[in-house]
Amino acid sequence: MRPVYAISGGVSKFAKARPDRTFQAIVKEAYDYAISDLGLEMPAFTGLVDGSVASYFSDHFTRQLMAGIMVQDYLGLCPKPSHRVEGGGATGGLCLQEAWKSVASGHMDVCVAYGFETMSHVETWKGNEFIALASDVSWDYPVGGFYSGYYAMMVTRHMKEFGTTVEQMAHVSVKNHINAYANPYAQKRNRYTIDDVRRSPMVAWPLTRLDICVMSDGAAVTVLASEDGLRKLEAAGGRLRRPLVRVSGIGRGTDAMRMSDRPHVDYDTFLRDYATEQERASDDTRAYYKKLWDGGARYPGVHSFRAGRTAGNMAYRHAGIGDPLHELSFIELHDAYTSSELQTYEDLGLCRYGEGGPFAASGKAFLPGIDYGLKLSDKPVCPVNPSGGLIACGHPVGATGLMQAVFALWQLQGTIAQHFGDPTLQVRDARRGAIHSHAGTGTYVTVSILEREN
Amino acid sequence: MAKLPEQAPERLGGYIVHGLPFPVDTDPDSLAFLKRMAPVQIEQGYHITYLHSYGQDSPWFAGASNRRLLASRAPTSGYTYATPRGHDMVTGEPTDWIDITDRPAHIHAFTVCHFGSEEFLPETPFVLALIEFDGVQTLFLSRLLGVDPDRASLDWIGMSVRPRFLRNSKLKPTDVYFIPSEAAAG
Repeated sequence: MRPVYAISGGVSKFAKARPDRTFQAIVKEAYDYAISDLGLEMPAFTGLVDGSVASYFSDHFTRQLMAGIMVQDYLGLCPKPSHRVEGGGATGGLCLQEAWKSVASGHMDVCVAYGFETMSHVETWKGNEFIALASDVSWDYPVGGFYSGYYAMMVTRHMKEFGTTVEQMAHVSVKNHINAYANPYAQKRNRYTIDDVRRSPMVAWPLTRLDICVMSDGAAVTVLASEDGLRKLEAAGGRLRRPLVRVSGIGRGTDAMRMSDRPHVDYDTFLRDYATEQERASDDTRAYYKKLWDGGARYPGVHSFRAGRTAGNMAYRHAGIGDPLHELSFIELHDAYTSSELQTYEDLGLCRYGEGGPFAASGKAFLPGIDYGLKLSDKPVCPVNPSGGLIACGHPVGATGLMQAVFALWQLQGTIAQHFGDPTLQVRDARRGAIHSHAGTGTYVTVSILEREN
Repeated sequence: MAKLPEQAPERLGGYIVHGLPFPVDTDPDSLAFLKRMAPVQIEQGYHITYLHSYGQDSPWFAGASNRRLLASRAPTSGYTYATPRGHDMVTGEPTDWIDITDRPAHIHAFTVCHFGSEEFLPETPFVLALIEFDGVQTLFLSRLLGVDPDRASLDWIGMSVRPRFLRNSKLKPTDVYFIPSEAAAG
């Protein structure tokens, strides 16, 4: 496999509704930004693009089949090769990885990954219905199909087994909303308190409206290139920012569509198949897990994501990461719910299985230098969702994973101030970041590692 | 005092308007002004009736309509799925049907939905629960009745429950629902 570089990106403003543009034109906003950031004009850039990958989740929202080709056409990329990927909430992450494969394999030197979703075309409750169709329509949907309900069931089990509290989850909401305050691309830029989160309307007990991301219209674009692609772009007058940012690891995992079908594996199987290398190597952690299993805990059950652990472990191996909490400068992860951010801390190895609650409230995942109005016991170690994540930026499904890639690229380039018009969210000396894209109740999960070259 | 709503609920629908304001003349200035025009939005309906087959899971629905709760068991390992599955996910073998109607059952996890998808909004608040059964390795998603949705409590997890069946089957998984065992005894 050849080295693959992320060289440019663009994000449309995420908004509740964008009736002023069709989906093709919203993607073009992000695409034009990515081209402009390379210092190129569209015809010169188009001439160097070998192909693309399109990312969008639901044909229902657009009421349009083959929407991908309409974007390809609008961007002026026909007749270059392209295909659509779809994997629920992880569609954007899958798209980036498919583009990575196109370049890494030698099939393409410059590949554009673009994604979008326009969710405002139906009322919110119909939108919830569409999303719930991404659960088994024989067994899950008819019982009361509602994703917030599915995640709330995971939460109650997590709370019961591990003592996780709603206040710990609310820390995630406060953090991500306040981070987004300095992100002009974010849909929601508000300062909330723990009390605000708990007093907002109850959606699915114990998750309130401020524990849950919103539906959005939006698009994002990432451009990937090989070393030959870099040379071609520079020869055409393209401005490449150095040090370069390389996509140094990718990982993916899957799980059963029906949450009820998730296995509950024993201690030995967990250690062999799911524990991180760091966990396996620690006597203390093995003893902690043995105690959990002796007390009746099983993995993944309904409260953990083995697809996430599988993806994380794969990406960490690929990128040579042994201690993610200390070897990653930041993580942009799929916080569709405060609770799923907390669950994902565990599955990405930032803390041990069952300790996501205390970790959420510790301060380790917060940004330094920002007043969150909270008493945090620990200093920031690895900021999670410095952009504000899905909870505050919004979640136009097909764009979300690519939005994470763009924000991660800008962090590693050190250009957050330029793109956001505000340096507040720039992670200092960001060297390596992870992006995490997640579908369904944990059915498809991708983790990709982006790294600044020395 | 409960917080009063500050925003009216948004709904599609409204008056039908024939024709839109448009410049009287299509001179260059007027045409250029069109780039500043607000978007035109219309409603498009989309109604479909699907003929959905339960395929290899069909016997479960026949069972539920006759007040029996079926599950799938892998013949070699005995691994049992509370939500039917035609083939075992480890061995790939076809599973066998077993009757778990009278197995002890408990709440594994639950939530109270105060909002929901459009189809289920009129039913809110309702309780979703994942049910675990003795000797069965996977769970079953169902509705829980007989508890107060306004008094949700983690104490519900582990509660002993038993199935009840609709008298008039709708051939949906909601033909069965669960209630606390004590309520059933009473």
